[in-house]
Amino acid sequence: MTITNTPIDNGVNTAALIGARDALVNTPEAADFTWRASCSWVHGTYSRTTVDGFSGLGQDHRHRNTFVFDADHPECFASEDRGATPVEYVLAALASCLTAGVAAVAQQREIQLNSVTANLEGSMNILGILGADPETRNGFNNVTVRFAIDADASPDEIRALVAQSQKRSAVYDVITNPTNVSVEVL
Amino acid sequence: MRTTTVVIGAGHAGLAMSRHLTQRSIDHVVLERGELANSWRTQRWDSLRLLTPNWQTRLPDKHYTGDDPDGYMSMPQLVDFITSYARLIAAPVHTGTTVTRVTATDSGYDVITDRGTWSCATVVLASGAANIANVPAIAQHVPLSVAMHTALTYRAPDSLDERGVLVVGASATGVQLADEIQRSGRPVTLAVGEHVRLPRQYRRRDIFWWLDAAGILDERHDQVDDLVRARHVPSPQLIGDPEQRSIDLNTLADRGVQLIGRFAGITDGTAQFSGGLANTCTLADLKMNRLLDTFDEWAQTTRRVEAIAPHRFEPTRIPSTRMLEIDLRVGDIGTIIWATGCRSDYTWLDVPVLDRQGRIRHDGGIVTESPGMYLLGGSVLRRRRSSYINGAEADTADLSAHLHRHLDTLVST
Repeated sequence: MTITNTPIDNGVNTAALIGARDALVNTPEAADFTWRASCSWVHGTYSRTTVDGFSGLGQDHRHRNTFVFDADHPECFASEDRGATPVEYVLAALASCLTAGVAAVAQQREIQLNSVTANLEGSMNILGILGADPETRNGFNNVTVRFAIDADASPDEIRALVAQSQKRSAVYDVITNPTNVSVEVL
Repeated sequence: MRTTTVVIGAGHAGLAMSRHLTQRSIDHVVLERGELANSWRTQRWDSLRLLTPNWQTRLPDKHYTGDDPDGYMSMPQLVDFITSYARLIAAPVHTGTTVTRVTATDSGYDVITDRGTWSCATVVLASGAANIANVPAIAQHVPLSVAMHTALTYRAPDSLDERGVLVVGASATGVQLADEIQRSGRPVTLAVGEHVRLPRQYRRRDIFWWLDAAGILDERHDQVDDLVRARHVPSPQLIGDPEQRSIDLNTLADRGVQLIGRFAGITDGTAQFSGGLANTCTLADLKMNRLLDTFDEWAQTTRRVEAIAPHRFEPTRIPSTRMLEIDLRVGDIGTIIWATGCRSDYTWLDVPVLDRQGRIRHDGGIVTESPGMYLLGGSVLRRRRSSYINGAEADTADLSAHLHRHLDTLVST
């Protein structure tokens, strides 16, 4: 542990988060959030998804900007590679969710982060999505996340940050547990 | 019928409270739906022993005096202990008296039973923390070919058929049942969610010696970091085994138990399990090591233990290939045992003190919203020790004092 006089600052306002948690325990309906995304097909396997608003705390919210996500498939899939593949967005979502969690937990535990990087791999056998082998699943058969963290903390404290981040991660939960999905056609 | 205080439940907690009320000359009755120590008698599996060593099994004015202070009481032994305690303190117990309703009145409470109504100024709820087994709603989708049990209905392996057994939950209950069922020759799969790993002994002392000596058990409810969380932590992976053996995911795996992730759902007869097993194991290992760090620091500061140097246990070995699904229709699994926790039954409590989950809102056992009502039992009621038999000692001392002061305010107004 480094003794320092400067306050720990990872840029996360944990006081606000803890205040929100305490308030929401008594008004559980305000804790119901709905996240939204809209997608339009452009051409071939290329599509464009936008995210601009969500609901929660009993009202609708707008992001500061409309965020745009171009998705496509790579050239070896006979596509034009005009965006990341959708499964890469899944890795991006997992990485950013876990990393946000590491920062938040570190702030709460008064651990100063100096750098956090994560490298992710999702392995997949494409016989599944090609419909060539019914025994092979479409999705990832394994996902590996490798964090490299430089922080003013012991190795076990850093491992505990990463473990707690997984425990409280929405995307980690989405990936590791089954979720009901209903797809309708209007 | 009138009395000053009605205690509901003649288990160890209700009787401990009775002892204090008698010493304070507070007129009271103890109502019991069945016999003394009814839950310990009727709702526990055959092999169960207390997790705490005998020397720690004590109640107000009664200590263990047998010749095996480091052993762990079986249920018949515990029932004897509690029954002889009731005799020792001459508790005014009315057995075979089921409370059907409790209501608030101008002067206190009416406790309505199948054998008449008691009017009283104060009421103590000591009816137990484990009346109802928690079973997830998804259990209704288990195929009919699979039998189901809970920790409250399971008795012994030979009451199960010969097929495989899925034990859901890795608390003390889950690991103990997985262990004994696997030993019986039935292949066990254990679904592991968040759990608490503890060694039976550390540096040749029982883990409860450390928890006691280092002051962990005396941490009060208003000192605990996150009380809601502390009250929901599963019971530690321990067994009251005469050989003092540890039980954890490694010992179970060595015995052939298959470890899988937290039970997540059932789709078309197929049970699904979380892919997050590695992290729940990492969390438990890290947490155990932090606790052992606390013990080592305490030992060094107080210079109490020098016999054996600090050491750490083998990390939990995560199976390299992890199953995420089990088809429940094919017949490999004959029984599912839901070791997913228990809760209290307060359906008879007609006083608005329950939260959304049906739990009583209270401050260390004092039901502040309903003056004169007190709660006993349950996890971390007033202190970490409250989760164990001997917690009733200090809890009833505190709460009987509060109850006495409450009665004084009634008299003076």
